[in-house]
Amino acid sequence: MASLKDLKNRIASVKATQKITKAMQMVAAAKLRRAQEAAEASRPYAKRMGAVLSNLAAGFEGQDDAPKLMTGTGQDQSHLLLVCTAERGLCGGFNSSIAKLARAHANKLLAEGKDVKIITVGKKGFDALKSDFGQHIIEKIELRGLKNIEFNDTKAVGDLVLKMFEDEKFDVCTLFYAQFQSVISQVPTAKQLIPASLETVSEQAAGEADNALYEYEPGEQEILETLLPRNIRVQIYSAILENAASEQGARMSAMDSATRNAGEMIDKLTLSYNRQRQAQITKELIEIISGAEAL
Amino acid sequence: MAESFQFELVSPERLLLEAQVVSAVLPGAEGEFGVGAGHSPFLSTMRPGVVKATSDNGEVHEYFVRGGFADVSATGVTVLAEQAIPMGDLNADFIDQQIKDAEEDVADAKDDETRQKASLILSQLEEMKQAIASA
Repeated sequence: MASLKDLKNRIASVKATQKITKAMQMVAAAKLRRAQEAAEASRPYAKRMGAVLSNLAAGFEGQDDAPKLMTGTGQDQSHLLLVCTAERGLCGGFNSSIAKLARAHANKLLAEGKDVKIITVGKKGFDALKSDFGQHIIEKIELRGLKNIEFNDTKAVGDLVLKMFEDEKFDVCTLFYAQFQSVISQVPTAKQLIPASLETVSEQAAGEADNALYEYEPGEQEILETLLPRNIRVQIYSAILENAASEQGARMSAMDSATRNAGEMIDKLTLSYNRQRQAQITKELIEIISGAEAL
Repeated sequence: MAESFQFELVSPERLLLEAQVVSAVLPGAEGEFGVGAGHSPFLSTMRPGVVKATSDNGEVHEYFVRGGFADVSATGVTVLAEQAIPMGDLNADFIDQQIKDAEEDVADAKDDETRQKASLILSQLEEMKQAIASA
């Protein structure tokens, strides 16, 4: 049985921890609002971009001279996984769920005898994957210390991916991140970047008969050639923003439950502290009374 | 009153403008062009310049954009700008900064193609600066 002093110390330390988790929760809540706004603000751009691209791509369907970024290299031997995670931990299952998805994907590809290359964005993803796929990780990018992520900050990631594609280092690129849905729900998502996955292409093409009337300036090919790399960068940018919002959401709910757990623990410890103190007082009283009776 | 159409200006960071407008003037890569309601479907790249949209109540929205795309479709106009700043927030210092960045890009360019592109942007920006200075 722990002594009174021990219990007291224990209560004090749990209280200190609770203060920290409470503070982290509040910081996460404040950051979440900003991150969520940024993520939601970036959605229209990505959406419109997708729509424009689908329109354009419809015209290229089945043509040989379509850009490789859209149709792929025609092989799927070499895969690049772009794994976006957070820079910091203490956010529940956020990092590990993204890493888990990426790990499952990588294992599946390796079992099929494919080449796997991994680029991690964010420190935690690298930490989670380095033991299993250390030799596959070709690059790790950290976005540390950026308060507000702007488009230009993530451009380097996109440029790297595009450069590698040009050098024919991989055939298929898949992006891993957590889609922000709400504070308590972030969905780890795998999204194919190259070749561009435009599921809506055929539907849209069917729906809009006036597609053929589109005029292009300078030319269709030129526009597509500038639009596709841009689309990659935008996709990466919005994935990183979604991730930032998801991270704060995950941290907020993780810290909320940590604070609650600490509260429960304090209650339990206080109860047993009080009981023990009471027992001691009773004991002392009995000693005094029996001492007095003996006289 | 001329017929109005939907006009949207979005940058990667946010949606800047979503309004019903009667006309829009956009800096196309091959020259400025105006759009009215019922314009034929049209897609163009843009050079750095000013996007000007007049809404149906006569209000004029002006934004400086640094490259991007304009999509003119049957339903309206969508401008996907690489970077967009309201004209009110724009000043000579900002343009100078942009020019400095562009000059660095020219200096950093590794091959002829990128250098050519960068110097094109630079010359367009300098043009802009003069236009603002004279305004």
